[in-house]
Amino acid sequence: MKDKMLIYLQLFLTFMKIGAFTFGGGYAMIPLIQKEASEKHKWVTDADILEIVAIAESTPGPIAINAATFVGYRTAGFWGALVSTVGIVLPSFLIILLISYVMQEFQHIEAVRYAFSGIRAGVLALIIKALWSMYRKSPKGAVAYFIMGASFVLAAFLKMNILIVIVFCAVLGLTASLIASGRDKK
Amino acid sequence: MILLELFLTFFKIGAFTFGGGYAMLPLVQREVAERGWLDAESIINFIAISESTPGPFAVNIATYVGSQVAGIPGAICATSGVVIPSFIVILLVAKFFMQFRENRIVKGCMSGLKPAVVGLIGSAVLSMALTVFVPTGFSMETMSSAAFISSVCIFILMTVLAFKKVHPIVIIILSALIGIACGYLF
Repeated sequence: MKDKMLIYLQLFLTFMKIGAFTFGGGYAMIPLIQKEASEKHKWVTDADILEIVAIAESTPGPIAINAATFVGYRTAGFWGALVSTVGIVLPSFLIILLISYVMQEFQHIEAVRYAFSGIRAGVLALIIKALWSMYRKSPKGAVAYFIMGASFVLAAFLKMNILIVIVFCAVLGLTASLIASGRDKK
Repeated sequence: MILLELFLTFFKIGAFTFGGGYAMLPLVQREVAERGWLDAESIINFIAISESTPGPFAVNIATYVGSQVAGIPGAICATSGVVIPSFIVILLVAKFFMQFRENRIVKGCMSGLKPAVVGLIGSAVLSMALTVFVPTGFSMETMSSAAFISSVCIFILMTVLAFKKVHPIVIIILSALIGIACGYLF
């Protein structure tokens, strides 16, 4: 029983450390997870890390959270998954709470407002860069381009419900790939 | 019950955020702005804050919106909401579907979801651009104002820097400084 408690504590503290010190989101956390969970604690193997990264591409949720849940589960079952996930989320949770209260104090300062109007233009640039990266990583081909265009038009101009667009595109992609693989078999 | 609404809204967001990062930006924009929880400008401001703190965007914005709307209990409900769907899915995948990644259905859906994310982020970029450049609407007056010109210039400069792989935090700080300078000079 005491051993289990120790593992839970270790998982929690390790993922809290990872969650506190990784900026730049997502994939930046993976090397740290690999170092801590695989090399140092030997809770999982490097192959496991590769597996979870690949799996996390196809599951909802940020990759860092997914990795924490996965490693925690593999190491110590449901409770392991729980403490790891809470651990990795807790630091940013507390920091954002702090920022949330601080923001209210600073918002009416003129310099701050000017700063943020500049920042918003910078953010637009960052998102466009992210868009470009997603485009590069996306499948290409007639169906893919059609989906890109359709989802853009449906969301931007027809203001369609985003969830419906997502389901529609998933079904479309699935249909197209099943047709393609059916054709290959012949 | 606002806490329940926070939980359910972010549960929805968490359940449909594929592809990480800003993939579900349009979903977040719709859900959060339509409920009056955060206006369009504040969402963009927050992207910059999220880039400067640890933690994935989806989790950070859940915490932030939750705390703005309903204090600490709100933050807890929103953050749990956004994390729980992926937690459950990863547990299921880890436990039952070891061949998850190779599964034809999953692959097929992802072939549709990846391009969909490109189109959706594209639509988010469009609405963000409107908020950044012409928050008060199109007119000859706004388009020749100092605010418009400075935001366009900052945007162009930052896009160049972003594609040169300058670190996002540097871009944000530069944008802030130029924003302050423009605000006071013009």
